[in-house]
Amino acid sequence: MANQQKIPFTGTKAQEQKLRKVLRGLKNVDGALMPALQQAQDIYGYLPIEVQEIIADTLGLSLAEVYGVATFYSQFTLTPKGKYKIGVCLGTACYVKGSGDIYAEIQKQLGIESGITPDLQFSLDATRCIGCCGLAPVMTVNDDVYGKMTKDQVAGIIAKYKN
Amino acid sequence: MNINELNEIKARALASMGPRVADHTKKDITERTVLVCGGTGCTSGKSRVILKEFKDLVAEKGLGDKVHVIMTGCFGLCALGPVVIVYPEGAFYSQVQPEYVEEIVNEHLVNNNVVKKYLYKETVQEDGVIKALNETSFYKKQNRVALRNCGVIDPENVEEYIARDGYQALYKVVTSMTPDDVVNTITASGLRGRGGAGFPTGRKWMFAKASKAEKKYVLCNADEGDPGAFMDRSVLEGDPHAVIEAMAIAAYTIGADQGYIYVRAEYPIAVQRLKIAIKQAKEYGLIGKNIFGSSFNFDIDVRLGAGAFVCGEETALMVSIEGNRGEPRPRPPFPAVKGLFGVPTILNNVETYANVAQIILKGADWFASMGTEKSKGTKVFALGGKITNTGLVEVPMGTTLREIVEEIGGGIPNGKKFKAAQTGGPSGGCIPADKMDVQIDYDNLIAIGSMMGSGGLIVMDEDNCMVDIAKFFLEFIVDESCGKCTPCRIGTKRLYEMLTKVTNGTAELEDLDKMEELCQYIKDNSLCGLGQTAPNPVLSTLRNFRDEYIAHVVDKRCPAGVCKNLLKYNIMPDKCRGCTACARKCPVGAISGTVKEPHVIDQSKCIKCGACIATCKFGAINKG
Repeated sequence: MANQQKIPFTGTKAQEQKLRKVLRGLKNVDGALMPALQQAQDIYGYLPIEVQEIIADTLGLSLAEVYGVATFYSQFTLTPKGKYKIGVCLGTACYVKGSGDIYAEIQKQLGIESGITPDLQFSLDATRCIGCCGLAPVMTVNDDVYGKMTKDQVAGIIAKYKN
Repeated sequence: MNINELNEIKARALASMGPRVADHTKKDITERTVLVCGGTGCTSGKSRVILKEFKDLVAEKGLGDKVHVIMTGCFGLCALGPVVIVYPEGAFYSQVQPEYVEEIVNEHLVNNNVVKKYLYKETVQEDGVIKALNETSFYKKQNRVALRNCGVIDPENVEEYIARDGYQALYKVVTSMTPDDVVNTITASGLRGRGGAGFPTGRKWMFAKASKAEKKYVLCNADEGDPGAFMDRSVLEGDPHAVIEAMAIAAYTIGADQGYIYVRAEYPIAVQRLKIAIKQAKEYGLIGKNIFGSSFNFDIDVRLGAGAFVCGEETALMVSIEGNRGEPRPRPPFPAVKGLFGVPTILNNVETYANVAQIILKGADWFASMGTEKSKGTKVFALGGKITNTGLVEVPMGTTLREIVEEIGGGIPNGKKFKAAQTGGPSGGCIPADKMDVQIDYDNLIAIGSMMGSGGLIVMDEDNCMVDIAKFFLEFIVDESCGKCTPCRIGTKRLYEMLTKVTNGTAELEDLDKMEELCQYIKDNSLCGLGQTAPNPVLSTLRNFRDEYIAHVVDKRCPAGVCKNLLKYNIMPDKCRGCTACARKCPVGAISGTVKEPHVIDQSKCIKCGACIATCKFGAINKG
């Protein structure tokens, strides 16, 4: 994708120590790879190749196996997310109420198709049902939920998060 | 834990819980319970802030020993969230805002005057008595079995579950029933898998019981991936112990000692409550070693999914728990013979488990007395889309779609006409208006080209284009196909491209026949349920709404006005007042005309954004 940029790895020693501690705790767990990736993503915010290498080495797996799992599941991301993560529910209930138009409007406002804005402030994802179908159509910014959205509310909501 | 201790907790909890049912005869009310919905829908509407407000104000006013403020699971009527109920009056406050709380506390809890203006309108009656919730049109035809504790108990307090006969079924099973007795009871009840396929639960347990092995597993499928379905999430959020107890019963029956609950990571509240519930069940000795003094041991872990729809398929789910890419594998061998980590395993859906303890306590006959001949009990549906009462409903099998949509659901908003209801998510189909009186059960839905699925029920009105909906589901499937088998990986992609041709207006009539042929091929040759059912949304819309497809293909027109390439916006000269509002709003300057004269849209410039139609105050612009 055109807007995917190579972002240098900035993991800290403290993060690595935390990860190694998590991995030690998972040593004897059956099927440890999924929980390992989930907790690694909690620590780093995403799963850069450097982190996958640590996981592969510690759990005794090949990097290919780790990469295979990391790229299979949509929750795992190999690129970082923005400071503000915008999600638009494209579950059926939101979709029939026009969330596709909301998504298009956000794309327009942010100037990106998906992924992250060049200033790393916003990232955009189409999400599956987030489970508040009574509020459809719904968009989220980090933990804030905006329900019963109309297209012309989009600009105002994004502006709230711009510095 | 022994039965005396369990009964002591039950008595103690019942005494301290405060009123949980409406009692209109009560005159001098000394004790009240304020229930605040803590389901995901209401939480998104700030119900946590509301809960804190209530707790703070009740403490501030010194009402602590007379008013219990409790966070519960989902009440079901999500459209009116955030919801607060006060008992014993049964006052149902809807769409509560944090700033209403002070008034409700002062007027209702202190001065004993129900604040009528915040009540759900249907419950306000002329004679001043609040209509009981189970008499409102939304709840009247419902029968809450799987959801019986949702919106009643505090899901983070095991004692409230025990107060409602929790863990009594497990006690009964472990101390007085053989595994065969349990299988026979579940089989006789007629319980079928609520995940969608409807396989008889008793038979599934019997197969796993018959497999000889040292180690066996019991799994719970909480990977609710159908976009627009949230039944399982509500059970986990509102009554997590019902699932834990049923899994323990299943484990006892088949001879397993370890269980896993595979739950979507997208459900943070459900995950958190499950973890709390498992911890409490262990602390109380309800699961763990030597349950109720027997030799039966059982432990449960939670495993999180990571956003792959295919992991709802049983073999893929097991492969995922093992830490691999969630790709399904061929069956046989069936999981009852060779499942998780290569040993006999049973996998049931959340809602299936939610029925089990009650079947044990109330008997197979009780359960079998509800429903139709081949589909017993109740079914929970997540009602969404173009419907007034969005929310969660549980009805006996055999209820008609018309009853659900028109009576319980309150019909279609904005005076629009019902067009179709979609059940079964990406594996299901669309039910047209002329089939609304079919009794909903597993077999009838398949007969009319849809399926029960896990319980998503999305209502569509005349503004929804059925070709677009079929395309929406196909896009989902293309995204979620794991890629292991060719018919699904490539077939669904090709099918999606053909649908795109239809919505673009570049398809020919023969493309419709080709699509049907391809659908059949994908159905017959795919490895797992995802691929085998993937063409259903296309097949059912082709069957029930063929005229819409033909309008797209032959007339190059989208009757619902959704497919952008086929849309044309026009200004009706007789209605246009020449106010210039639309011309000023148009982002590409496609509208021209002089003031107070009818305007015109230049079709070559128009980008079909719809800004003009939203601006016009005179209804002078149409699309079609």
